[in-house]
Amino acid sequence: MSTDTNTRDVVAEHEAANPAANVTALIPQTLGGTFRSYLRSVRGGETGSVPAVVGALILMVIFGVAQGNFLSSSNIVAIVQQSAPTTIMAMGLVFVLLLGEIDLSAGVVGSTAAAFGAVLSVKHGMPWYVAILGSAAFGGVVGLFLGWLRAKLAIPSFVVTLSAFIAFQGVQILVINSKSNGVQVSDQILHDLYFGRLAPDAGWILLVAGVALYMLVKLVQNAARRRKGLAAVPLAVLGLRALAIAVFGGVFVYLMNIDQSVAWQQRAGIHQQGVPWSSVIILGLLVVLGFTLTKTRYGRHVFAVGGNEEAARRAGIRVMSIRTSVFVLCSALAALSGLILAGQLGGVSTGDGAGNTLLLAVAAAVIGGTSLMGGRGRVVDAILGGVVLAILQNGISDLLQGNNASAYELIIEGAVLLLAAAVDSVSRRARR
Amino acid sequence: MTSDNPVLKLRGITKSFGPVEVLKGVDFEARAGEVTALVGDNGAGKSTLVKCIGGSYSVDGGEYLFEGGPVTVKGPRDASALGIEIVYQDLALCDNLDIVQNMFLGRESLNRRTRTLDEADMEHQAGQALAALSVRTVKSVRQKVSSLSGGQRQTVAIAKTVLWNSKVVILDEPTAALGVAQTAQVLDLVRRLADQGMAVILISHNMLDVLKVSDSVAALYLGRMAAQVRTSELNQTQIVELITAGRSGSLGLIPEGAAA
Repeated sequence: MSTDTNTRDVVAEHEAANPAANVTALIPQTLGGTFRSYLRSVRGGETGSVPAVVGALILMVIFGVAQGNFLSSSNIVAIVQQSAPTTIMAMGLVFVLLLGEIDLSAGVVGSTAAAFGAVLSVKHGMPWYVAILGSAAFGGVVGLFLGWLRAKLAIPSFVVTLSAFIAFQGVQILVINSKSNGVQVSDQILHDLYFGRLAPDAGWILLVAGVALYMLVKLVQNAARRRKGLAAVPLAVLGLRALAIAVFGGVFVYLMNIDQSVAWQQRAGIHQQGVPWSSVIILGLLVVLGFTLTKTRYGRHVFAVGGNEEAARRAGIRVMSIRTSVFVLCSALAALSGLILAGQLGGVSTGDGAGNTLLLAVAAAVIGGTSLMGGRGRVVDAILGGVVLAILQNGISDLLQGNNASAYELIIEGAVLLLAAAVDSVSRRARR
Repeated sequence: MTSDNPVLKLRGITKSFGPVEVLKGVDFEARAGEVTALVGDNGAGKSTLVKCIGGSYSVDGGEYLFEGGPVTVKGPRDASALGIEIVYQDLALCDNLDIVQNMFLGRESLNRRTRTLDEADMEHQAGQALAALSVRTVKSVRQKVSSLSGGQRQTVAIAKTVLWNSKVVILDEPTAALGVAQTAQVLDLVRRLADQGMAVILISHNMLDVLKVSDSVAALYLGRMAAQVRTSELNQTQIVELITAGRSGSLGLIPEGAAA
């Protein structure tokens, strides 16, 4: 007993002589340290964007070698445009997946909502913005209903949304209500959701403004941390990040701005160039949704409910509202995704959004690094995964020819989703 | 607050579930700056008593006095409004969030102008709360909770109560799942919590822990308070007797049939 008190005295003396420091975040203060800590977290299972970026590079090399025109500027623009519907749907799914839920109906609901918007535009002569808002509202109301079923009646989301997946294929037929089994969109703006391009200069202005805004926000955050005496991200790291964004963005804008019109078109003053509207929409959504998820109380609570529902409830978070809200958000974004798909296809036909539309969007989110088990995910994951899948689809559809091409395409897409889920599982185990 | 006036005082608390009377007139008090150990065998009514204090259960009868005045606690919100915090055994932390995010969960501070999360302010406060408890086991407050050991998790859950200026902190078996070294650390923490001026109620099955860290011991026996005594006047055998038989020598319940 006496030895015990002695040790305690020694410890107490030591502690009195060395008061506990005010612990803050451990932020490496050198470039090398930052890099090493990043490597450590990747090895520890925080793989983040690594699988998606590596996957995209490998695929580009394979397809680039296999077909000469894969890396042509027109094909790259096509890939960027093709990725848009999947990416936007995946952005909504990130919120649903963060809670460990699933929305199997997003594809069908999205195209049904788009059909609703198309009917508003074509049959009722409404302007484009009414069509878009109407479509998003349609999606939002459906999401509210699905979320209510999940949150209030506690029906598993798998069952709720699988039922909706089937039922809304029927609703879609009723909404379209046409012998030709489709509504054609005639409004130019609605077409341009997919095909529209910014003026070349606008792309550059957007890039400069975006990088400047990024830097400004980071510097303000850093200043706030310094005022509180907290460790801040070193300026060199910030600068390097901004530079990386600027270089990547610069290459992107440059590629998008290459004129793809042929000689006679150019003589006639027709140009096919500029950053696609859909990319600007995606960038806007990235900023708004990313902000919501990481900088607001609501976003924090989404993570909390996905991490430990009981803890969230005890902390006074209204779990049911959070759960409902993610379905509203997901269905509304699915509606936007459906509209862009309608822009690509020139309208909505019965059966659009069924098949593997939804699973591709889920795959996009998971490939980007969002967990299927909840609690981990970022909005940017949807973009990364969406691009990987667009590269894959574009490359394969050209590479595989012959009778069974579509069969192999389906098999490969299924295998990729499985692979992404496997990476998710393995990285989760590595973190334990 | 002098230690003559308990922050929390319960008198004759009764609670039944249907025909089963779980609490049969329990008296209990907890003083600021002290650790009050709440001991008792399984089924003695410890959890029920704690849930009554925390507002999860409403009491059937008896008096609930807080800082000298009678209060009615109808739900967990009432209890936390009074400054009563319960650290449950399962801790209720989100593995996917970091220490700061967990400590501020549900009460995030917002930037006054932009209404966004004020991460710098929260990180600063969390660091101060940990420093106030002389916590040395945490390297970075931005660590994910999933990367923490059991003792560190307990530390985070306890430090949270400092952050919110709680007056009464109830710890449910904080050392149950911990090794020797971590147990010592957490017990130190419990002591420091009391030194900060809080009334700490420690539920524990470990007699050594109780003797080491508590100022008074309250022993429940089959829904009655066998005795609430200063720890300095007790030894381990007496506590065990109070828990298992409800009495020890002159202490404890008067045996039935032997009316005074």
